[in-house]
Amino acid sequence: MSSPIVNDAARTALADVVVDVRNVHYAFGRRAIFSGLDIVARRGRITAFMGPSGTGKTTLLRLITGQIAPTEGSITVFGQDVTSLRQRELFGLRRRMGMLFQNGALLTDLSVFENVAFPLREHTRLPESLIRQLVLTKLHAVGLRGAANLMPAELSGGMSRRVALARAIVMDPEVLIYDEPFVGLDPISMGVIVRLIRQMNEALGITSIVVSHDVEELAAIAHESFLLSQGKVVASGTPAQLRASNLEVVRQFMEGIADGPVPFHYPAPDYFDQLLSRGPR
Amino acid sequence: MSAAAPVVDGPLVAMLRRVGAVGVFFIRVLAQCLPALARPRLVVHQIYNSGARSLIIIMLCGLFVGMVLGLQGHDLLARFGSEDALGVAAALGLLKELGPVVGSLLFAGRAGTALTSEIGLMKATDQLTAMQMMAVDPLRVVVAPRFLGGLIALPLLVAIFNVVGLFGAQLIGVQVMGVDTGAFWSQMQAAVELDDVAEGIIKSLVFGAACSLVAVYEGYHAAATAEGVGLATTRTVVNSSVLILVLDYMLTAAFL
Repeated sequence: MSSPIVNDAARTALADVVVDVRNVHYAFGRRAIFSGLDIVARRGRITAFMGPSGTGKTTLLRLITGQIAPTEGSITVFGQDVTSLRQRELFGLRRRMGMLFQNGALLTDLSVFENVAFPLREHTRLPESLIRQLVLTKLHAVGLRGAANLMPAELSGGMSRRVALARAIVMDPEVLIYDEPFVGLDPISMGVIVRLIRQMNEALGITSIVVSHDVEELAAIAHESFLLSQGKVVASGTPAQLRASNLEVVRQFMEGIADGPVPFHYPAPDYFDQLLSRGPR
Repeated sequence: MSAAAPVVDGPLVAMLRRVGAVGVFFIRVLAQCLPALARPRLVVHQIYNSGARSLIIIMLCGLFVGMVLGLQGHDLLARFGSEDALGVAAALGLLKELGPVVGSLLFAGRAGTALTSEIGLMKATDQLTAMQMMAVDPLRVVVAPRFLGGLIALPLLVAIFNVVGLFGAQLIGVQVMGVDTGAFWSQMQAAVELDDVAEGIIKSLVFGAACSLVAVYEGYHAAATAEGVGLATTRTVVNSSVLILVLDYMLTAAFL
């Protein structure tokens, strides 16, 4: 049911679109990051945003969560236009989303237990005994119930990310957003995170959005992926469809070729001329 | 907001812009102070952080400032043969000027920098963004408690500074230089008015608000890098020190 090309008719037909990004333009200073981006994420599925570093994948997440506003275009989450929301409404929307940051972003002055309990204490008036049960359940789900009393500084990178995941799901969000969840992990931790992302999706039915450039890991879990390059979606479809693509830019990314449509060299004057010239650099 | 066209400002306009930004930030923090007070645990923790942890440096410096006052005051007053007035001189100097000003300068260096670097590092490690993503306003749970903590802690520290300072002045003036104990204390009691005490309290409250505001503002707006946090910490010390001295002149002029 995943069509590589998303047209307007298909969108309106699908009531299960959770995140809908249409014709989004965004510029940072004078540098254009997105020029006409179109993306959808559907309910109950794992959607991957892939692309080389510096294509604005993280910026896209900040746009979707309303941390920044696009210069043009619309972003709809749960049918609400993110760009027009006031802080109170935006916070209401964010309570239905969980986000896993690249480095975990655990609150360093709180223990693992208190980190996971933080959203509950802020948003609910649950009795302490229930909070304890909920926190321990979520920590158990990520395999770190035994680490409840550690401080974030005592955790490894993979453990921090798992604690952050427990914190992200403690309010039972409908959407979970993962920002580069595989970066800097050893193979075992990587496998654990891959398994957890799939479990969260299958067991809890959480709509998942994963931003990453790890082709192998994404291929194992994503239902649908979008490949971003130079401010646009250059290809979309299942990982298998992307793999079979003949587009040069897709092949370069999927197979990790050093030079191609994404050039190996940063723009520079002519090599020969520069070596022979007498400039200071 | 970040996509705005680059505006070329003169230094004066840039400064006004900055003062305006601090003002707007101040109002936003004030708006979060009541909600923050509703859960006093965080504020109490920050009073401990900013206040209790600055106690030793405040007491040590208070003692030496008082001892210097004892020496200099005695030397000066002895030239007019009125050493007995040393108690008054030390008390008024400490209560009205030295206590609030030196106490606040020390506070800016000890607690202000800690606040700035703590908030800056929380920002650099995405903790503030994470809170916003959890629909929690960091102004309420991070900034306002720290601002209130500083605001409450500084007047208390200044009071302690004054007491230890008077002890130091007495130590040198009475025990070492031989001023009469009775004259030292009774003249002080007779000459110091409630207004003098009030002036010191108001000054320390204003300086407390200024120091804490500068510290949390710089931390909250620090560039999210190691270098940015370092620069912000430096700016906290420089800006609070200048602000304290400027405000001190304005308040003194208003009281006299």
